[in-house]
Amino acid sequence: MTTILKLDAVSRVHGEGATEVTALNAVTFTASAGELVAVMGPSGSGKSTLLTLAGGLDSPSSGTVLVEGADLATLGNQGRARLRRTAIGYVFQDFNLIPALTAAENVSLPLELDGVGVAKARAAALVALGQVGIPDLADRFPDEMSGGQQQRVAIARAVVGDRRLILADEPTGALDTETGEDILRLLRLRCDEGAAGVLVTHEPRHAAWADRVVFLRDGVVVDESGGTSVDALLDADRV
Amino acid sequence: MSVKMGLLALLADGPQYGYQLRAEFEGRTGSTWPLNVGQVYTTLARLERDHLVEPAGSEEGRVLYRITDAGQDEVAAWFLTPVIRTQPARDELAIKLAFAVTVSGVDVGAVIQRQRTATMAALQDYTRLKRQDHDLAWTLVLDAMVFQTEAEIRWLDHCEARLRRAATERRVVATPAEDTADKETSR
Ligand SMILES: Nc1ncnc2c1ncn2[C@@H]1O[C@H](COP(=O)(O)OP(=O)(O)OP(=O)(O)O)[C@@H](O)[C@H]1O
Ligand SMILES: [Mg+2]
Repeated sequence: MTTILKLDAVSRVHGEGATEVTALNAVTFTASAGELVAVMGPSGSGKSTLLTLAGGLDSPSSGTVLVEGADLATLGNQGRARLRRTAIGYVFQDFNLIPALTAAENVSLPLELDGVGVAKARAAALVALGQVGIPDLADRFPDEMSGGQQQRVAIARAVVGDRRLILADEPTGALDTETGEDILRLLRLRCDEGAAGVLVTHEPRHAAWADRVVFLRDGVVVDESGGTSVDALLDADRV
Repeated sequence: MSVKMGLLALLADGPQYGYQLRAEFEGRTGSTWPLNVGQVYTTLARLERDHLVEPAGSEEGRVLYRITDAGQDEVAAWFLTPVIRTQPARDELAIKLAFAVTVSGVDVGAVIQRQRTATMAALQDYTRLKRQDHDLAWTLVLDAMVFQTEAEIRWLDHCEARLRRAATERRVVATPAEDTADKETSR
């Protein structure tokens, strides 16, 4: 499998001296094409930090972040911005929609910025909005939509076009169980089609759609599940 | 639920032979509850004794069963009566953890983490099954297993958070001068 995302011994330290916080401590993490990886852990354990570093929205204090083999640190601001427009789909914990743009415009924006024609970009946006279950809200503005509907626009924006790396921070927080499951099916589908996905979630039910579940605590990876046979684990533990 | 009510509910849809009932029962519960033939026939005999079903003809020695009016009432009442949780499935786990926190020398954090990993793997297995297409009845049974397994993980997270808080409080009380470098959840 092709490695799409690789964090190599990545640390992120905020502040200094007495107020120093190590949000992430020498974490090594990969996500390959076709793979969905879930990241879980208590509040403050470093999940969002890991995701923003992977998406090039923040820089590590030490260690390297590679996306499709390119070291984000050597790409420069422009290179990183380009990568975020074209290869990386990012769902923010707080949606981050542009208030002055409609749902469809929010979704088609990254494509248009990348040079895709307006009509073509809009068509792709409508498909993505259909996939998240709100095809009829294309021309609404964010403040005319419910929290869950805005969240779905944010997801549509992250999966539209040819995204090889999809990073989603709590993408189901505002959704009911059934809609949440639809979103997981969509992320799963994108990964089955070849994208690499990283999903941060507090919901075990949603993490279970992933191939691997990585567990963070105090900025350190403490555990990983997936790959091991369940029966073996259960037998070993329950007896 | 009992096998008895399951079979009765199936007969509420129309008369059936014993072997048909067995196949239907397993089909609707996604084979999570296998029945043997003997179980089906002894249950039908008891239902007949209680006048909830009655024979409605036979063919090649097989008896066709039909639900009675009393049986219909029984099914209707069953659907409307909430299920009482008697023995929570995670009892063994709860007891294990209760012992883990009281017996000395046990790394409770490790116990929780190992269990969490195993339960998460089980949840991943159920979720993999959900990716295939199933009929509605089987999907609901599968969802029940998913939600129950998830509940166990949430409870484990809750236990861990409590232990952490207890450990922090103990540290604050015992060694006020020391910093909080040690964040282990061990006791
Ligand atoms: N800009 C910042 N300045 C100082 N500390 C920060 C900053 N950003 C994050 N932190 C700290 O880093 C740690 C990890 O934060 P992070 O947002 O990654 O947690 P999280 O796992 O995403 O939590 P949640 O589940 O609540 O979203 C926390 O202790 C947080 O307070
Ligand atoms: Mg976060």
